[in-house]
Amino acid sequence: MTPNLTYVIVVGVLVAAGVTLLLERSLTRVLMGVILLGNGANLLLLTGGRAGGAPIVGTTDPEQMSDPLPQAMILTAIVITLGMTAFLLALAYRSWHLNGHDEVQDDVEDRRIMDLAIRDEGPGTADTEGGTGDGDDDGPVGGARPGADVVEAGRPG
Amino acid sequence: MTYLVALPVVMPLLGAAVTLLLLGRPHAQRWVSLTVLTATVAVSATLLVQSSLHGPLVVEVGGWVAPLGIVLVADQLAALMLVVSAAVTLCVLVYSIGQGMADGHEETPLSVYHPTYLVLTAGVCNAFLSGDLFNLYVGFEILLVASYVLLTLGSTENRIRAGTTYVVVSLLSSVIFLIAIGLVYASTGTLNLAQLVERLDTLPDDLRLVLQGMLLLAFGIKAAVFPLSAWLPDSYPTAPAPVTAVFAGLLTKVGVYAIIRTETLLFPGGRTATLLLVTAVLTMVVGILGAVAQSDIKRLLSFTLISHIGYMLFGVGLTSSLGLSAAIFYVVHHITIQTTLFLAAGLVERRGGSTALDRLGGLARLSPLLAVLFFVPALNLAGIPPFSGFLGKLGLIQAAVDDGGVLAWILVAGGLVTSLLTLYAIARVWNLAFWRTPHADMPADDDAAQAARTEGAVQPDRGGGGRTGAVLPGLMIAPTLALVVLGLALTAVAGPLFDLSTDAADDLLRRTPYVDAVFPGGAP
Repeated sequence: MTPNLTYVIVVGVLVAAGVTLLLERSLTRVLMGVILLGNGANLLLLTGGRAGGAPIVGTTDPEQMSDPLPQAMILTAIVITLGMTAFLLALAYRSWHLNGHDEVQDDVEDRRIMDLAIRDEGPGTADTEGGTGDGDDDGPVGGARPGADVVEAGRPG
Repeated sequence: MTYLVALPVVMPLLGAAVTLLLLGRPHAQRWVSLTVLTATVAVSATLLVQSSLHGPLVVEVGGWVAPLGIVLVADQLAALMLVVSAAVTLCVLVYSIGQGMADGHEETPLSVYHPTYLVLTAGVCNAFLSGDLFNLYVGFEILLVASYVLLTLGSTENRIRAGTTYVVVSLLSSVIFLIAIGLVYASTGTLNLAQLVERLDTLPDDLRLVLQGMLLLAFGIKAAVFPLSAWLPDSYPTAPAPVTAVFAGLLTKVGVYAIIRTETLLFPGGRTATLLLVTAVLTMVVGILGAVAQSDIKRLLSFTLISHIGYMLFGVGLTSSLGLSAAIFYVVHHITIQTTLFLAAGLVERRGGSTALDRLGGLARLSPLLAVLFFVPALNLAGIPPFSGFLGKLGLIQAAVDDGGVLAWILVAGGLVTSLLTLYAIARVWNLAFWRTPHADMPADDDAAQAARTEGAVQPDRGGGGRTGAVLPGLMIAPTLALVVLGLALTAVAGPLFDLSTDAADDLLRRTPYVDAVFPGGAP
């Protein structure tokens, strides 16, 4: 079986466009990206099977039939993508409802830990009352810093 | 006997349909869910006994013969995973029922919880039993879609934010898995695992490596292996306590199971062993460093979850029988313990009003039972002898010492450091939340805690607010206690369990029992 070059190029374009959109902050664009990626994957599945006539006994000679299995798998994948699209749309709508936009937000708790690290305080030691927090000062700070750098680098704007 | 194999998938799905029909009737829903999951535990236990006595059990779905139809295979590994996960899901269900009854969720629209929870169980069981790569994908999708709904229950602002990340990352891993399936089918013309065993062997080495890499990438995201794990601590802690518990226990382990299955059955020979070992040590160390930095119990536990996934990869990467068997033992141990800890964290949240370490204190004096429920699994997680966590780590280290390579010794060091840091992180939780004098704004006794809950809660409490048992309802304590005991029992039956996991590992490495069970007359 020789793969069809047109298919391969189309799959590449779909996946590339999908990945680009996936990297956006707006959930609607992410959703578009997911759909394009899904279609790219489906087309790739189709490329894996033999092309030919309709795989129905009596209409086509078995030698000339296309491979029905990838088509069945694509159908399943399309149904799953449909459900996921609906769910993501609902998420985006709810996010817009709550915040007035549908942008993917940063993890608040992550930021808080990072701020603690910058102020050179271990988590949970700020208001130790009972005096049992011995040894809390070195470990957490050392552990928090690498994580904090990552968060900082990933901050938008 | 073989029809039993389909039941762990079919029963929860039927149960989900029935509970969906009973939407307005929470009592009936509870009984249906309880019955279904109890039956699933029983069937899984039967499958485990049968598969260890007579070898893998196979059912051809719809009566279509193997390479054409889809097969469900219950070998020892799958049956063992089924038993543990079914037991854990049952306990968490009881816990969530207890929580729902205490919070008076009777009239709230959360009655969609039961159908979704059962669908999640069906998806997990399907993934474990699947003897077909595409069916594995479907199993993953079933459990993921159910998990999306459970994670965003109530759709509060925080859950929507966390859910977005989780859904998008999961979708990406699903697409990668689907692409890998497309490539596997295009190069071999089959997706039946047993048939793939032979066909993959005839492929060129480079092509096999590409397929293996794609599958590893997809499963690595699901299992939260280090560079692909950032989504987990962001999303899990925001969900309701029982949901977080069942996710932490099961979902990542399904990914680990898929890695074990593909690495042993489809791609033996350990070409990615080095990769697995390196990611294992990174996952362990980076994960636990993250845990040490946290100031919230649930987030801290999420990071220990990532960290301990590294131990399982460690065992798989060693590719020896002992390493694999220790990894399987560790999976069983970790499902139980991590779930228990998250359930205990849920109880802490109820009693102390928060899981933030700087707002808690003195819980050991206020609620000694809760302290025990947290302390025992916590020590177990850190690997203190004689708990099962220690035995699992001992097995892994023994396997690494047998291996004797430089990388194996680095992993031994990494494993020990991780274990020590886990103890440190857990001890910090203990010091801050359970010792110290109680925090000023913390409710002083159970009555006050109940009053504070009732004030803050949106739903009015269902009467009896002054009673002590109302803060930590018996139905929430009992399943947590049951899981703590199960965790202790793992130590008691460690010998037979290790024999079982060794048997499972040997079968996985020989590959023939699996293939022979699917194709009794030889592979076509």
